[in-house]
Amino acid sequence: MSVTFDQLPELAAETIRQALAAGATDAECTISEGDEFSVNVRMGEVDTLKEAGSRGAGLRVLIGKRMGASYTSDLTPDGIGQMVRSAIDLAGLTTEDPHAGLPDADALGSLKGDLQLYYAETASIPTEEKIDAARRAEAAALALDKRITNSEGGSFDSNVGGRVFANSRGFLGAYRSSYCSITAVPIATLDGAMERDYWFSLARRRSELEDAESVGRKAAERSLRRLGAIKVETQKVPVIFEPRMARSLLGNIFEAVDGRSIYRDASFLAGKLGEKIAVDNFTLIDDGTIPGLFGTSPFDDEGVPTRRTPVIENGVLKNYLLNSYTARKLGMKTTGNASRGITGNAGIGHGNFYLEAGTRSPEEIIRGVKNGFYVTELIGSGVNTVTGDYSRGAVGIWIRDGELAFPVSEVTIAGTLQEMLTGIAEIGNDLEFRGSVSAPTIKIGEMTVAGR
Amino acid sequence: MSFADSFFAAKFGITTRDLEGYLSVALDRGGDYADLYFEYLATSSISIDESIVKSATQGVSLGVGVRVISGERTGYAYSDDLSPEKIRHAAQVAALIASAPANVGKVPLHEGAKRNLYPVLTAPSETAFRERVELTQRADKAARAYDPRIFQVQVVYADNLRQVLVATSDGVLNFDRQPLARMSVFALARETGGIPQQGHAGGGGRYELDFFRTERTPEHFAREAARQAIVQLDAVEAPAGEQTVVLGPGWPGVLLHEAVGHGLEADFNRKGVSAFSGRIGQQVASPLCTVIDDGTLGGRRGSLNVDDEGNETQSNVLIEKGILRGYLQDKLSSRVTGATATGNGRRESYEHIPMPRMTNTFMLAGESDPEEIIRSVPRGLYCANFGGGQVDITSGNFVFSASESYLIEDGRLTRPVRNATLIGNGPEAMKFVSMVGNDLKLDEGVGVCGKEGQSVPVGVGIPTVRIDRMTVGGTA
Repeated sequence: MSVTFDQLPELAAETIRQALAAGATDAECTISEGDEFSVNVRMGEVDTLKEAGSRGAGLRVLIGKRMGASYTSDLTPDGIGQMVRSAIDLAGLTTEDPHAGLPDADALGSLKGDLQLYYAETASIPTEEKIDAARRAEAAALALDKRITNSEGGSFDSNVGGRVFANSRGFLGAYRSSYCSITAVPIATLDGAMERDYWFSLARRRSELEDAESVGRKAAERSLRRLGAIKVETQKVPVIFEPRMARSLLGNIFEAVDGRSIYRDASFLAGKLGEKIAVDNFTLIDDGTIPGLFGTSPFDDEGVPTRRTPVIENGVLKNYLLNSYTARKLGMKTTGNASRGITGNAGIGHGNFYLEAGTRSPEEIIRGVKNGFYVTELIGSGVNTVTGDYSRGAVGIWIRDGELAFPVSEVTIAGTLQEMLTGIAEIGNDLEFRGSVSAPTIKIGEMTVAGR
Repeated sequence: MSFADSFFAAKFGITTRDLEGYLSVALDRGGDYADLYFEYLATSSISIDESIVKSATQGVSLGVGVRVISGERTGYAYSDDLSPEKIRHAAQVAALIASAPANVGKVPLHEGAKRNLYPVLTAPSETAFRERVELTQRADKAARAYDPRIFQVQVVYADNLRQVLVATSDGVLNFDRQPLARMSVFALARETGGIPQQGHAGGGGRYELDFFRTERTPEHFAREAARQAIVQLDAVEAPAGEQTVVLGPGWPGVLLHEAVGHGLEADFNRKGVSAFSGRIGQQVASPLCTVIDDGTLGGRRGSLNVDDEGNETQSNVLIEKGILRGYLQDKLSSRVTGATATGNGRRESYEHIPMPRMTNTFMLAGESDPEEIIRSVPRGLYCANFGGGQVDITSGNFVFSASESYLIEDGRLTRPVRNATLIGNGPEAMKFVSMVGNDLKLDEGVGVCGKEGQSVPVGVGIPTVRIDRMTVGGTA
């Protein structure tokens, strides 16, 4: 059996009909498909080459206020029939949830116009061209400096996928998306100690990707600047997050404004709507509507159109990010942030989640620091968004008298998210949309760096 | 059970002749080795929040992955359709990696030896769904009953039953039925008007559902999660800087997983990109440390009868009395380096290429009395529980995050401290181990290990251990 993408909306609609016929009072069906390709070239030779496609369907049914869900990778009539029976059976075993349900019919809809998410050409980039790009990215990294002695390779990935969503309130939508990326992961060595870093470029189509050599060189520069890192003494200093790390900080804030942690009172931002929680120039936006970007889609995973939602505006907490369930729990309206795979209930996802740029360049911000820490990598999961406690392993460069002076590793940075947000001293002008979370350089007035 | 009675033969009519046919398509363009991995995965999950069963989900996925190895090169393709034409197509795509005349002699498939580390007659996923819902509800009740300051409880129960079949061009034919279940409880506590604090506990393994009635009850996990949340209500700021650290027994074994385990995976060492590369025979820990990775422990979450490349799992010594002894191998690395297989080739699913991975990683017990270890520390930190960890295998730097820890003052545990990350360097950190307890404990069965985007279940374990020097990332 081979169903094309154009036939999947009808399959989703048919699944809804079967669910209603089997006793569901409401139902939603998600179908997703994807074709993936990846090649990794290591030390000039193809290391791995992978190519395949897959698809799956998920169903969520309500019988009154009881919910059941199921999924399958078998899209034959038998597979769909089994999925429908399974979801109906489970709905008989869950408890009534007064807030369960689909979004109201008037909340459903899809953005019009071309959102520039899909380029058919991404599916047909010749394999030789992809291998060549991966090879050139790695070669450029290896050629940059003789201290680049080894590599985890250069790689090229491409993915073309589609998403279909239908529900029993009359929504039926579908969209396709594509992306491709070039990555390089070189290893630098000094006196027997190795350091690894990476760089990548991600785009909807080949022609928008950064040049492979440039990706390789940036990756190599990043690995090189980590060589000879030392552990500094424990102290309290200004900490600057480079954009890649500022993005991870935004990820922590996203968790804290997720409607599920708000209604459970499991976030340091619960109950703080309308309050000043960050410095004046801190404006954080979620926008799922910007054409071409990686957090963009015409509708969320409940069939609600995406939109622009200010989350924090001039330091004031303005909105939580909600799906229809968390909105009902909180007595608010969905913000079109439902997100799910093919299984289970919808969670919360973001669109393009970004911090608005400030006015000074990162160089100027660094120049203004006498003694501080410029963070280029964070590891570990030491962020507790319930309490706001923050403690993570960090790698970076020490700042002395306004200059990037020497590399530092095996230290931690710690504080609380509350103090970090109110202690932001500067926001850079270097906002760039890379992936679905984007941030410029951020300088925090003071954090504890723990080392020797 | 013979192959003819096995899951894929019975349900999909797959024969050894079919398998040999697909393997020969995979090796049509040359290549040194090929394998097929068939997987049928049935999963269920139940989630309770606010005492409401808000979600109950079940589903199935199936597919086959085809791999071709040519020298150090790997070609991979998969199909979620088991029709002969789709499998042959996947084999042709995987074969594109090779470009030489076919050069592998045909080896007939022979069934591997059989053993069963998880003799589960009825897998949890094959029991009535209602029974599993009732167990989940028991955890919710028990956590709420623990203390009036507990105000939110979430319980997630999840199980799966994985049927796998591996056939390789060097003649291995193995199949396995792999049950797995886990219950997790999250509790939030607060004093009136105070800041909420959270606790988490969970466990399970490759057992029948009765495990949750007799061995580790929902009440056991619930009380533990609630206890941790209540303890945190009194927590003070964690110290910052180098400290003497005592790790409690059990889950703190995640130290071994991060500090040494990942760095010993053979793919990194074959490529020379690990801080442990080329260090076999060298001192990488104190002589008190012997670290084992053992995939053969009955019923454990990280155990497997055969790994995902068809090799039997085994018990492997990684570090013996402080000396680095061996790496964790998969087929590709052992072929390239001439090492013996260790049964550590694992993958998340048929969509993924196998890699060397850990199973259950633990340190053998020493001779010290755990009480005496704590008494020996004038000032330091005692870590009873951890969240996750992470490692940069190239520099060797690793972190792990303490979720329940206490100040040690004059040899006694005093105040609980807030979450803090501990950081160290793999080949160095364990040289500071100065005492090892006689109380080895394995974790309760919750571990998930991520590597290059693939998640697999693992176990860890450790006795009480004193580390003389480690950096603690607090604020005080």
